[in-house]
Amino acid sequence: MAVNPNEARLVVMANIKKSFGKVNVLKGINFHVGDNEIVGLVGDNGAGKSTLIKILTGVHRPDGGEIYFKGQRITIHSVEKSRELGIETVYQEQALSEQQTLWRNIFMGREIRTNLGFLKIDEQRRETERILREQMGFTSKAITTDSIVKSLSGGEKQGVAIGRALYFDADLIILDEPTMGLSLAETKKALDFVRNIKARGKSAIFISHNIYYVYPVADRFVILDRGMVAGEFLKKEITQDVLVEKMVLLAKTGKIT
Amino acid sequence: MRNEARGRELRLELSILGVFIGIFLFFIIGSPSVFTRFDIYYSFMSTIPFSGIMALAATFVVVSGEIDLSFPSIMGFAGWVFAKLSNVMVNRGMSPDLVIVLAALVCFATGIFAGFMNGILVLKTRIPSLVATIGTMFFWRGLVNVAGQGFGETLVPLKETVLFKIFVGRLGGVLPAQAIWFLALSVLFWLALKRHRFGAHVLIVGDNVQSARMMGIRVTGIKMIVFMQMGFFASLAGILASLEVTYLWPSMGEGYLLRTLAAVFVGGTSVFGGMGTILGTFIGAIIIGSLEGGIVAIGLTGFWTQLIYGLIIVVSLSIYSYFRQRE
Repeated sequence: MAVNPNEARLVVMANIKKSFGKVNVLKGINFHVGDNEIVGLVGDNGAGKSTLIKILTGVHRPDGGEIYFKGQRITIHSVEKSRELGIETVYQEQALSEQQTLWRNIFMGREIRTNLGFLKIDEQRRETERILREQMGFTSKAITTDSIVKSLSGGEKQGVAIGRALYFDADLIILDEPTMGLSLAETKKALDFVRNIKARGKSAIFISHNIYYVYPVADRFVILDRGMVAGEFLKKEITQDVLVEKMVLLAKTGKIT
Repeated sequence: MRNEARGRELRLELSILGVFIGIFLFFIIGSPSVFTRFDIYYSFMSTIPFSGIMALAATFVVVSGEIDLSFPSIMGFAGWVFAKLSNVMVNRGMSPDLVIVLAALVCFATGIFAGFMNGILVLKTRIPSLVATIGTMFFWRGLVNVAGQGFGETLVPLKETVLFKIFVGRLGGVLPAQAIWFLALSVLFWLALKRHRFGAHVLIVGDNVQSARMMGIRVTGIKMIVFMQMGFFASLAGILASLEVTYLWPSMGEGYLLRTLAAVFVGGTSVFGGMGTILGTFIGAIIIGSLEGGIVAIGLTGFWTQLIYGLIIVVSLSIYSYFRQRE
């Protein structure tokens, strides 16, 4: 089996159901993420990937099923709640303020401030510098804490969003199509940032419909199809080519074998 | 080269400073007898603060990605409330020192309420601020007309009060108090925009509302405060402008709209939101406010003023646009 029951589990979603009106989007999904594990969540458009994730991040409430986080049964009823638990989402559109500096972006909504609400700018700059050099591994002198986000490349922006999530001690980072719209070189940069999540001992869910980007960085793959888990594989059990074959087969016949 | 935020803003502020120095050099060379004496600066200091203070508040509105066209009417209506209430209370024999405080408080409340109404229309009813505030612009102006029936109100009885001196007195006999208010408020607005969490959130909200929401910033609350402070400072400008001449004209505020917004944009604040400079607005207000007097002083007729307004606005905005495109 693909699942090793002994490994520590960060998140377990059991028998999750969700429908919108008459459409059953999720038909009883079992899904989990282990400690320090990168899970590739793949499937075609409409498979239910983003609905599943939005339940985890508190955007939607499930119609049925249970969620456990670090072994505790929880209900997630708001985005704030999921963030408090340590679940951060890095969206396709990255949630960055394009015209603002990096130090304003890293701390947006969570500014370091005095009791009167004045910003501790030096501290924010210093911390941003640390995140840039140590956590994100930016070596280029061209990027500084005062750089404006608009001047960064697509991959670098993903890096800032991921760096921000790591800085605020997220245990689980959800990456929603982080390579969408990026050039090859930029995709490579973004994937390096994903590897960095693993290196820092945290977990991630990597959502994509492109196996070629997910395969190199994920430890395990969960394939969704029309609201069901169609298959689940550890990377060590399956080669990229076989995984791709299965995806093609799934698209053609609705089955993976 | 990457864009450095400080470099970008410095360039912007230096170019507005350049425009400012250029204009005043032009004035001094064109009319040395007027511009080397204190009188013209005294006149600037007593008149510029009214639209200048509203320009500071309007900078926040523009930075947040909204616009307010109703503030001159709020200034007019709140000012009318202030003057009318003062006269009613004075006629009942109340002490002018108390009257002016009470009337000012009611006037501020009126301004804040008018701003709140703009906020409701834009944020709850979801009318774009450009059109919503056209509506409230007519509404508050119309209310002054209906309530005042075109009559003005004297403010002479308030002239010897303490608050009068605090608002529009003359420090040392020469320095208009409103100029000090304008300067102090400019510093406060700068602190709020660049050094405070509130300003940080206004910048982020104006930059990208979706991102702001995803990062847990209360967009509606922030914009509501922005509209309300606009109403408050419009009412303050109404008090200052009417006390300065100790008379309330029912048409007060008319003519302020485009000049005030011109000060904001000439100052370098972006029409698109998410970026703004208080120093720029401060200088922009002085440029716009000194043009008319300066043009007449150098011997041109008043007919030239609008033409030169237009030139200054187009030239300075072209400079900013050039910088933006090079980014």
